[in-house]
Amino acid sequence: MTNATTTADKGAALLDGPDASPHVREALAATWRDPPGLIGMLCAINHKTIARRFMTTTFVFFILGGLLALAMRTQLARPDARLIDPGLYNELFTMHGTTMMFLFAVPVMQAVAGFLVPLMIGSRSVAFPRMNAYAYWVFLFGGILLFGSLAVNAAPAAGWFSYVPLAGPDYSTGKGTDIWAQMITFTELSGLLEAIVLTTTIFKLRAPGMSLNRMPLFVWATLVTQFMVIFAMPSVMLCSTALILDRLVGTHFYNPAKGGDVLLWQHLFWFFGHPEVYLIFIPPLGFISSIIPTFARRPVFGYPAMVLSLIATAFLAFGLWVHHMFATNIPELGKSFFTAASLMIAIPSAIQIFCWIGTLWTGRLNLKTPLYFVLAFFFILVLGGLTGLMLASVPLDLQVHDTYFVVAHLHYVLIGGAVFPLFGAFYYWFPKFTGRMLDETLGRWNFWLFFIGFNVAFFPMHLLGLQGMPRRVWTYPHGMGWDGMNLAATIGAWTIAASVLLFIVNVVTSYRRGAHAPADPWGGGTLEWSVASVPPPHNFDAIPVVHGRDPLWESTAQPQFVAGLAADAREVLATSVLDARPDHRPLFPAPSIWPFLSALATTVLFIGSIYTPWAVVWASAPVALAMIAWFWPKRRENARAVARERRP
Amino acid sequence: MTANRRSTLARTRPRDAESSALVLDVRTLPTYGYGHRSLMWWSTMGLMLIEGTVFAIAVMMYFYLRTMAPSWPMATSAPELRWGTLNTIVLVASLVPNQLAKRAAEREDLGRARFWLVICLIASVAFLVIRGFEFATLNVSWYANAYGSVVWLLLSLHTTHLITDTIDTAVLAVLLCTGPLEGKRFVDVSENALYWYFVVLSWLPIYAVIYWAARY
Amino acid sequence: MLATASYVFAICVLVKTQIGEGIAAPFQSALDPAGIQAKRILDLWHLTLTVCCVVFAAILIACLIALLRAPRAGRETPADISSTLNAEPRLRRSVIAATVVSVVLLFGLVFADVLTDRALSRLPVADAVHIELTGHQWWWEARYAADEGAPAFTVANELHVPVGRPVVVSLVAADVIHTFWAPNLHGKKDMIPGRSATIEFRADRAGSYRGQCAEFCGVQHALMAFVVVADPAADYEAWAARQREASPTPVGALEARGQQLFMTGSCARCHTISGTPATGRLGPDLTHFASRGTLAAGTLVNDRDALARWITDPGALKPAAMMPPTRLAPSDLHALVAYLETLR
Repeated sequence: MTNATTTADKGAALLDGPDASPHVREALAATWRDPPGLIGMLCAINHKTIARRFMTTTFVFFILGGLLALAMRTQLARPDARLIDPGLYNELFTMHGTTMMFLFAVPVMQAVAGFLVPLMIGSRSVAFPRMNAYAYWVFLFGGILLFGSLAVNAAPAAGWFSYVPLAGPDYSTGKGTDIWAQMITFTELSGLLEAIVLTTTIFKLRAPGMSLNRMPLFVWATLVTQFMVIFAMPSVMLCSTALILDRLVGTHFYNPAKGGDVLLWQHLFWFFGHPEVYLIFIPPLGFISSIIPTFARRPVFGYPAMVLSLIATAFLAFGLWVHHMFATNIPELGKSFFTAASLMIAIPSAIQIFCWIGTLWTGRLNLKTPLYFVLAFFFILVLGGLTGLMLASVPLDLQVHDTYFVVAHLHYVLIGGAVFPLFGAFYYWFPKFTGRMLDETLGRWNFWLFFIGFNVAFFPMHLLGLQGMPRRVWTYPHGMGWDGMNLAATIGAWTIAASVLLFIVNVVTSYRRGAHAPADPWGGGTLEWSVASVPPPHNFDAIPVVHGRDPLWESTAQPQFVAGLAADAREVLATSVLDARPDHRPLFPAPSIWPFLSALATTVLFIGSIYTPWAVVWASAPVALAMIAWFWPKRRENARAVARERRP
Repeated sequence: MTANRRSTLARTRPRDAESSALVLDVRTLPTYGYGHRSLMWWSTMGLMLIEGTVFAIAVMMYFYLRTMAPSWPMATSAPELRWGTLNTIVLVASLVPNQLAKRAAEREDLGRARFWLVICLIASVAFLVIRGFEFATLNVSWYANAYGSVVWLLLSLHTTHLITDTIDTAVLAVLLCTGPLEGKRFVDVSENALYWYFVVLSWLPIYAVIYWAARY
Repeated sequence: MLATASYVFAICVLVKTQIGEGIAAPFQSALDPAGIQAKRILDLWHLTLTVCCVVFAAILIACLIALLRAPRAGRETPADISSTLNAEPRLRRSVIAATVVSVVLLFGLVFADVLTDRALSRLPVADAVHIELTGHQWWWEARYAADEGAPAFTVANELHVPVGRPVVVSLVAADVIHTFWAPNLHGKKDMIPGRSATIEFRADRAGSYRGQCAEFCGVQHALMAFVVVADPAADYEAWAARQREASPTPVGALEARGQQLFMTGSCARCHTISGTPATGRLGPDLTHFASRGTLAAGTLVNDRDALARWITDPGALKPAAMMPPTRLAPSDLHALVAYLETLR
């Protein structure tokens, strides 16, 4: 039963397998490759292509958000400064928060997962590759809308959290808040579709033998996060839609004079908003669980505890939201419940930290840049988590809520908990994304500048808050005792900017002239390291069969590979949810322009409805038509599918 | 099932004549599957979770606003029962052709699947028309007060689903008539039926809230 | 290495000197309580800070030890997968122990939090001064309730309270959400349109305590401050009595002309001066304007020069302030300012 026999058969498909000829490998690459040219770029659906675009785009937003922050910090370096007037300053901090939260922190995690998850689970693709592409385009257009508003001086200025009544029709005139609310619609649509893509991929496309308890912890973190996306994002979509309706067509959801309630906004927003920070925090827990084992040369200690901690954190995250509202007139007994929940969520995170420390303690350490960034997590995130315990207490929160203490806390947990591990992840997987190694020396400089600059920028803010400086202020008076700390914070901010600049330099020079990366530059244990850096378009020449949690480290059992998938058609192996037994081999669609065109039509619909409610009616038609064209089977593809069809 | 029972399972076989290495051969696996075996089923489930959450939160908004209101409905009478109740009956009844279409699809009976899909479409037209009457007899406008706003929100959210479900079903019905067809299309018809179930079943609590919660 | 060390050292010196300066002038600070509520919160802060520091140190030390004692490895070092076959009982026990300690500490914190919360809500409020505080964009309106027969009165931006007596402030928002926060006295409380809230505190030490709006409320959120002056009881009564009086009739000709300009110009449309025809409600009550230390909600010191500049062009000092500019001939401005200065 050799391949020679099969290829000789007339009309038989070209099949893959571990012993397939180079011809098969070329056929696979040609099958899964994206089409060339400009139109090809718009039709591309390979998950790695989309993910790289996605990561680059989110990084651009990170830079833009950072520049906004630099402008703010420069204004605040001295008291009574008049560099930036209050109207512009309020737009800047609104845009900074909105960009970082909606256009960077959550999407980048989905983007990285979009690249890595199929490789880690032994699949050739994500489920729904065209929807994956559509989600990217919708995200891109939403981000462009938001920054477009800044360019035409119609930016939102009511804060990233956009409280009513300030953001309502009476106090925020102009289109800024409407644009903000509609940008939410874009990004939440994108996020929700990505969640469906990633969840289905993880459940159904794992390599044979990769039962749920053999999945890499990063895949678990991604899965848990996507479920949170599914349950949290609807809340913000509803509340932002209700805001647009109040502003555009005269509803009264938030108008107390007509039976609405101001706090309804806060409940709906924070019911999303609190899980959102865990959407940002949980994937990096997956990064850390990927990086530590490789650089400690042993699997993470306590895999079941780690998985249960991820799940527990996700559940608990939905029960905390009122801790953002402790200063309101909600009944005190209710607030105490949220104090308890906010303290309890520390437990699963603590368990993870103890397991990681235990792994480091009993491992053998390879101190490279990715590990440095992960180690910074133990300093910065833990400090941020501890200030979070302080904020969980109602009496303490009543003093430091809405002050620079919270600014310090949120940056410690978000930058320490997400951005540092993210940088570690970039250093770790850059070879896989680009085929080159990032420079170690520049990496160390990047790291130390970031670490020192971060602490210089944000540690004084704890004290600033305790000493009375509120948030979201464009200036502060001289003589409050805040001058020195603000100046220090600004110096720290510029230091961070220098470190990010170093990172960009490292990326650009390494991309062109960095050392070529072997398939497995770090000696990792998971499947992505078994393919070339950069993986071929089809990821795996032969789908692996998995027998343990760290397939590359554990001695190989038989069978090792899958054979029999088509090499000249986009055939994917779908397996069962729990045990990953081979189930069927669906044919995936070819690259298509329809996701892009549908995204354009969706953009017209969303932007139109900022200006008139009738847009919902007439702009829906092109969206429907584009999506029908997207779905409608092409005769040639259909014929191919029928030719190789096998009924269940 | 075909006459000769050919395997649709993967099998482990020797990699080649010489070594003892094995390989997992999947060439005889089917190319599609129904129910939770299909990827579409999972995306439909995901969509149902998302939209279900949307409905649940909207219902919570309704009751939240109600607890803050001195009287409910505010400054008006409750929506008239006639059209909403009629629509509920039509929607629940439409589950029958829906289920029959699903079953026909899973048996890959093209003629029956087509037929029942068309019946579903007729039901769609009916409930969309009746939905129009429902809006007209809510006894409140969306800009009158928060009660009006949230009632219109609930009804509009559900109507959006009625419309998309109608379009989905229409597209599938046309496709079943014109082709091109492959086995996967029957899976699509089966999954569409699931979505239809969701649209109908999610209506029941919303109906209870809009029409009955306002009366107590 | 040296450059890094000097950089870090310079920053520390900078921060330290300014911290020193800050603590020397505890103007608006939660770290210098002047009342029992703020004191209770600070006590909880000290407890929580201690616990957190101990935990932080423990985790850092564990990390450091792990880093220092683990042997070094390279990419080629074979990975140790013995943990997939054998249990690791010692490691397991350590993780469980650390978790148990964490849970105990967390429960302890919950307990301390709840106790403090209860104490804060049980401030005895017999014989309290009642104030209704309304937050406007971007100033504060305070209406003192009638107190044992003495009538109610209205002030703006500067509150006086008697030392040792509880104060109950009911919080109202006129437009958007604002937050009342005087950190030396108590934590903050939101003023939410359509909802009512109260905050109760007691000043136990005489002095001036600055506060600031702590909920982003629009363009000039940053310049919406107020002062709470805690007076000994007798001084407070004197202040309150004076505030209850109508404004004094101006004596000199300059001041009289100033008053006339006030009444006939646009001033009277927005401001109230009791005892005169001016009954505008859009801006702060100016009946005893000159008795206040600051102007424009804590933005400026209340002196002649600042007042003149403020009247001429509020937007230059507090951009987007709702008060429009008033261009007057220098002699008119002089008269108006002179009049306003008589409103003690």
